[in-house]
This record gives sequence, structure tokens and C-alpha cells, in this order.
Amino acid sequence: MMRAFFRVAWIVVKKDLTVEVRSLEILSTTIFFAVTVVLMFSFGLVVDGRPLNDVAAAILWVAIAFSGTLALGRTFERERHNDTLRALLLAPADRPALYVGKLAGILLLLALVQVVLVPLVGLLFDAPIFEHGFHLLALLAGGTLGFTAVGTLFAAMLVRARSRDVLLPIMLYPMTVPVMIAGVRGTAALFQPTPNLEVTQFWIALLVFFDVVFVTLALWTFDPVMTD
Amino acid sequence: MLALAAGMFALAPWMINAAPNEATMGLVYKIYFFHMPSAWMFMVAAITSGVASARFLFLKRPSADGWALAAGELAVLFGAFTLVTGPLWARKAWGVWWVWDARLTSSLMLFMIFVAYLLLRKYGGPGADKLGAGMALFGMANVPFIYVSVNYWRTFHPLTSVVPTLPVEMGIPLWYCVTAFTLLFIVLLRMRTRLEHQRARVEALYLLEDES
Repeated sequence: MMRAFFRVAWIVVKKDLTVEVRSLEILSTTIFFAVTVVLMFSFGLVVDGRPLNDVAAAILWVAIAFSGTLALGRTFERERHNDTLRALLLAPADRPALYVGKLAGILLLLALVQVVLVPLVGLLFDAPIFEHGFHLLALLAGGTLGFTAVGTLFAAMLVRARSRDVLLPIMLYPMTVPVMIAGVRGTAALFQPTPNLEVTQFWIALLVFFDVVFVTLALWTFDPVMTD
Repeated sequence: MLALAAGMFALAPWMINAAPNEATMGLVYKIYFFHMPSAWMFMVAAITSGVASARFLFLKRPSADGWALAAGELAVLFGAFTLVTGPLWARKAWGVWWVWDARLTSSLMLFMIFVAYLLLRKYGGPGADKLGAGMALFGMANVPFIYVSVNYWRTFHPLTSVVPTLPVEMGIPLWYCVTAFTLLFIVLLRMRTRLEHQRARVEALYLLEDES
């Protein structure tokens, strides 16, 4: 039962990866988009050659949210193109397993984006990204999972909807405010001259809690919302 | 019931006028008599919409969708009212229109979620009812997270514990207004739900006619 579940999820991940590796379309465009976002915000928030307080953390998370939305939208646009999502849903497989597969694929994609994004922010804003690397990693993992868990469900729901491109961020951003606050505040506490680990740990705990609740809820709602 | 609600609202200004002025804020605090009830109704509407959505999604009750939509619209209505009256008071009490306090921010975020819900219902096209239900459900589950995260982030709103400590002369008009707003909420919810159910029936009839 459990093995069949993860096998289906793995097949979905493998399928998405194969398509992506052959074109690199989503990965390359999303990385470049994330870099562009960082630069755009830098021009707005760097005054007299010096960044304002906590700007590095804010820019990092805004870039993650924006590029995440783009990746979510593009991934499901690909499924819509040949109506392959319908085929996927018609397959004799657990619906939640399909969700987990999609989620894992997008998470992997965003992890690769962050491999470029985080050092870039560290470089441009002189942020100590390696000093408490484990804490930063936990924040990034927890935040990205929470954001993507909600985003994957919404993007999947919106595949057949009209004006889905604008509806995805409209729905996703208010819903993931706790993730943004936790990510930005937790990261800002890490980037202080003397990092405040207690604050960061509080936010990591909140993110873990958020992830558990929303992944469970998404697994639970995926089947009814995807049924015609 | 409609008449009762209307009558209560017509009388409300007298009730509020009769309440004594507050020691430090004087007349200004009286907006509170409309602010707090509408904030409560905002919460009640949001919860109603979330619960109705869950019923629609998991128990497949088609009629629950009408309730969810009606409550969603009322959440936006009362939310807007709360968010307009709040800053009017804050300008006098705190000297600024808006502060990034826990309650203000979480109310604003909840309001945003329901505005997004209505936009989705309106422009989502076919299947928007299910998408909306998913969204409302997530929105409801999100409330504690928004609250905790924003709370840890900042706080300066007067605490809820102020209500039981109010003197009687202020308490009576306050509870009067709460009752009036609750009645208004129920009346609007029922009217809007009936409209939505009738619209669904008309749609079903059109579909039937197309088939025959």
C-alpha cells in the first residue's frame, strides 16, 4: 500500500524530471527570473550604496516566492498543454500520490534555483550564509515546502480555470503570509552581526507546524477538488 | 427579522449617543460600537464560509456552496467595514492611520484571502465552486498561523479583555450593537443564500431545457 503510493509518486517525479532535463526550460527561466528579481529589489532598497536593515532576508524570500509562483505556473501549464493532467488523473493511481509526485518535482526545481539564489544574495549583501548553515537550510527547506505544498494544490486546481495566471499569485500570497513572515524574520535574525538563534528556532518550529498542517490538508483535499 | 434589524440600526445612534464619553479619548471611542461588532461578524462570516466549504467539498452537499459564497461575500463586506472604522479610530487614538500590529495585519490578511476567494469565484470559470471551496478551507486553516506569526512579529491593539471590564452604560449599547450586527448578518446571509440557490436552480432548469 505505502510502497505503491511512493512508487506512483516516484514515477510522476521521474516523468517531470525527464521532460525538464530534455529542455531545461523551466529551470533556466526560473533561475534567471530569480536573479532579475533580486536585482530589481536591490535597485529599490539599496540607498547610497548601502542596503537597508534586514534587506537581504526580505529580498531572498520575495525572490523565492516570485520564482516559486513562476515555476508552479509553468509546470502545470505544461500539463495543460496536451491535456496530460487529465491523463494523469485517469491513471489507476492514488490521487494523493500524484500530488506528492508533483510536489516533489517542484521542490527539487526550487532547490536548484535556491542553490544559485542564496549564494547570490550572500554575495551581493555580504550576508553570512555559511555561518549557521544548518539553520538557514532548515528555514529554506521548511519555507519552500510550505509555500510549494499550498502552491501545488492551487496550481493543480487552477489548471482548468480561466485567468489562472493571475489567480495563482492572488490566492497563494495571502495564504502563505505566515511562511513569508517566518522565512524573513528567521533569516533576518540569522544575518544579524550577532545571530539570534532563539528567534530563528521559533520560526523554524512555526514552519514545521505549518508544513505538517498544510501538507496533510492538501493530501486530503486534492482528491475532491480534482474530481470533475 | 429584516424589519427588526433595520429598526435596531435606526435606534443605534441614540443608544450610542447616550453612552458616556471615555475619559481620555472622549467622543472618538464611540466608533468602537460599530467597529467591534463588525469585526466579530467578519470572523463569524469567515468561519461560516470555511465550514460550508468543507461540507461542500467532503460531504458533497451542493447547497453548502451557496452558503459558502454568501458567507464569503459577507466576510468581505464586514471585513471592509472593520478595516475602514479601525483606522478612523486609530488616527485619533494612536496618531496614525495604520500600524503593523498583530490584529490589524491578520484581519487584513484574512480580508485579502476572502477578496481572492470572491475573485476566484467570479473569474475562475467552470469549476470555480470547487476551487473556491478549497481556498476557503485553506483560508480557515490558515487563521491561527497568520495570527501566531503576526503576533510574534508585533502587537499593540487593545486586548479583548477590555470588553467585560466596560462600565454598564457603555456595555449596554455595545451589546445592543452586537445584537443588531448579528441580526443583520443572519438576514443578509439567508437572503444571499436563497438567491444563490435559486440561481443554481434556474441554471439547472436551463440545462434541462437545452437537453430536451
